[in-house]
Amino acid sequence: MSTVLWILGAIVVLLAGGWVMRLAGQTLTGNKPFFRDMPLAVAFGYVLGAALLLFGIWYYFQPAVTADGVPVASVQFFRWAVQGVLIGAAAAFVFRLIGRTVGTAGSRKMFRQMPLTAAFGVLVILIYALLAIFAPALAPHGQEEVFGQANIVPGGNPALGGNPDFPLGTDQIGRDILSRLIYGAQNTVGIAFATTVLAFVLGGTFGFLAATLRGWMDQVLSRMVDVLMAIPSLIFSLLLITVASAWVSGFGLTVAMVVIIAVIDSTRVFRLARAVGMNIVVMDYIEAAKLRGEGLPYLIFREILPNATAPLLAEFGLRFCFVFLTISALSFLGLGIQPPLADWGTMVKDLSAFINYASFAPLAASVPLLAAGAIALLTVAVNFVVDWMLNRSSGLKD
Amino acid sequence: MNPVIKIILQRLALGLLTLFIVSIVIFAAVNMLPGDFAEAILGQGATPEAVAAIRRDLGLDQDPVTRYLQWLAGALQGDLGNSFAQANFASFVGDDSGVRTTVAQQIAPRFANTMFLAGVTAAIAVPFAVTLGVLAALYRNSVFDKVANISTLTSISSPEFFLAYVLILFLAVLNPLLPSLSNIYADMGFGERLQKTLLPALTLTLVVTAHMMRMTRAAIINLLASPYIEMARLKGIKPMRVIVHHALPNALAPIINVIALNLAYLITGVVVVEVVFVYPGIGQLFVDSVKIRDIPVVQACCLIFAAAYILLNLTADILSILSNPRLRHPK
Repeated sequence: MSTVLWILGAIVVLLAGGWVMRLAGQTLTGNKPFFRDMPLAVAFGYVLGAALLLFGIWYYFQPAVTADGVPVASVQFFRWAVQGVLIGAAAAFVFRLIGRTVGTAGSRKMFRQMPLTAAFGVLVILIYALLAIFAPALAPHGQEEVFGQANIVPGGNPALGGNPDFPLGTDQIGRDILSRLIYGAQNTVGIAFATTVLAFVLGGTFGFLAATLRGWMDQVLSRMVDVLMAIPSLIFSLLLITVASAWVSGFGLTVAMVVIIAVIDSTRVFRLARAVGMNIVVMDYIEAAKLRGEGLPYLIFREILPNATAPLLAEFGLRFCFVFLTISALSFLGLGIQPPLADWGTMVKDLSAFINYASFAPLAASVPLLAAGAIALLTVAVNFVVDWMLNRSSGLKD
Repeated sequence: MNPVIKIILQRLALGLLTLFIVSIVIFAAVNMLPGDFAEAILGQGATPEAVAAIRRDLGLDQDPVTRYLQWLAGALQGDLGNSFAQANFASFVGDDSGVRTTVAQQIAPRFANTMFLAGVTAAIAVPFAVTLGVLAALYRNSVFDKVANISTLTSISSPEFFLAYVLILFLAVLNPLLPSLSNIYADMGFGERLQKTLLPALTLTLVVTAHMMRMTRAAIINLLASPYIEMARLKGIKPMRVIVHHALPNALAPIINVIALNLAYLITGVVVVEVVFVYPGIGQLFVDSVKIRDIPVVQACCLIFAAAYILLNLTADILSILSNPRLRHPK
């Protein structure tokens, strides 16, 4: 009850603050239209935003450890979150600045028009790509290496039960968490990328075939795709994985999952490729190529494909996010990428119990969030870039 | 016949046809693969008696069409077969006294729980998303709009379990406001049940709000260039009233459509979220059955998920016809 009263009181105070702020603005600026036409609700919004900002700054500088040496976990997590956002924004800003001064005229122009979110996205994707390629060189230990000590606390401080050899600690069977996180970039992202490529090869080929040949071929393929799309994709892939798990296990099951998800996802690609292809096959240059007597492969790969690249590329980004999230969800459920391959979804599942120690060991609790955050960060980055590309190509400004 | 009723009947028939074909696909996925399922499921150490028992129980000795028709007829009458989970195969070989749980018995209470979770989520998410979308359209290109845009893009692209664990961290572990485990029993009061459902419902809300809010914003902004909106503005109506009274009713079709599609998306999201919170719903049953290869339960859950998905898509279709006069009276 008292909580409700507190909230109501806060709203009244903020409303009064907004009214005073508007009045002050009107008197100080000589009744400028900005303040004159401001509704009370907007003034309330400004005051609320300012109050939240002030509270955030005040909270940030609260002590993270009490006088008795007990960590105040909420403050610690808040600091990490704020620092993460600030560092990310600063890195994106510097990256965009470098891009604007270095490189060819075209790339400099591109960076000049780029919003900060898109620069952040490009930077994150580059870092992930580097991590994935150089994982064996960067990781301090192997992904399958099992060490003598299990459950070493992260932080590397021997007094608190850490070990400098394992900065993020070890998991419950004694594998280095930092190394597995780095190898996760290779396995999780690599497998998702391969799956998306496979889905595009399948869906693109059949979509263009249907668009070129029309007739019964188009009918059969389209109706098959309609049926497959009527089943939710995660549910259908779980059903097929159940069936596959009766025949294969371990690495074979990972391969089976890749094929299953690629086939299910290729239905979405088929739709797009067919629609784009339909618009292209009615063009005069296709007619000319047909009259020259070119065969079907030439028509599809030399005439239609080059003209369909732009929409397919934007779709590739979105599809990759979708596949990546599906594979992570399956791995989290224990049915995706199979051990001993290091994978972020599986790591979240295995380490999730650490969250409960958050109030007295913030570092340990952050480890499962790191793995989950690694997944989230990449999809957010790809989405930022795709959002920017779509905005640019469609000319949508408002 | 009234053209609207005709269209609705057509869509319903189409939906039923889709469901029928989907049931064939689900059945075929399990039954048409090469090799003997009974041997595959038992592994190498299977005795011939056990293999024969499973084969008899699954009806693998009959031809596929008969089996499918029997399964379909059973499913229509609510009999989805026996679950493997609580049945010991050895009991089939000797005396058949082992207690068996039917799939329907397992699914029924969990189905109600999942519906409750989805209902709570929809009750929070739909008003929240539409309000946010209207506000973002009203104050477009302001700081508020940009913050809302970035945060919804972030929440839409995060995996469900990331959002779930962040919420657990802040609302259950650091500030113990809500329970992080949703252990729900049949004879639980509404208030307590709601409290235990709130955290998974909030997670799902974060997942589905983003799409609905962006769509509401886009649908309203699309209309703002129309002459009648300009007329309303020139009359001197307040911006909020222009949007709520003039733009929103005409933007309803795409908004209703995206709401129904997102509720359909909830069906997929529910699986992961139920596992995180150990919520006793149909999604968790599905994942558990997949892990122990309890084929009858997996098939039944799949059929239920697909039916709900088709039904919601159908509803989206019909509602968007009903809300648009031009579609209601086709030329």
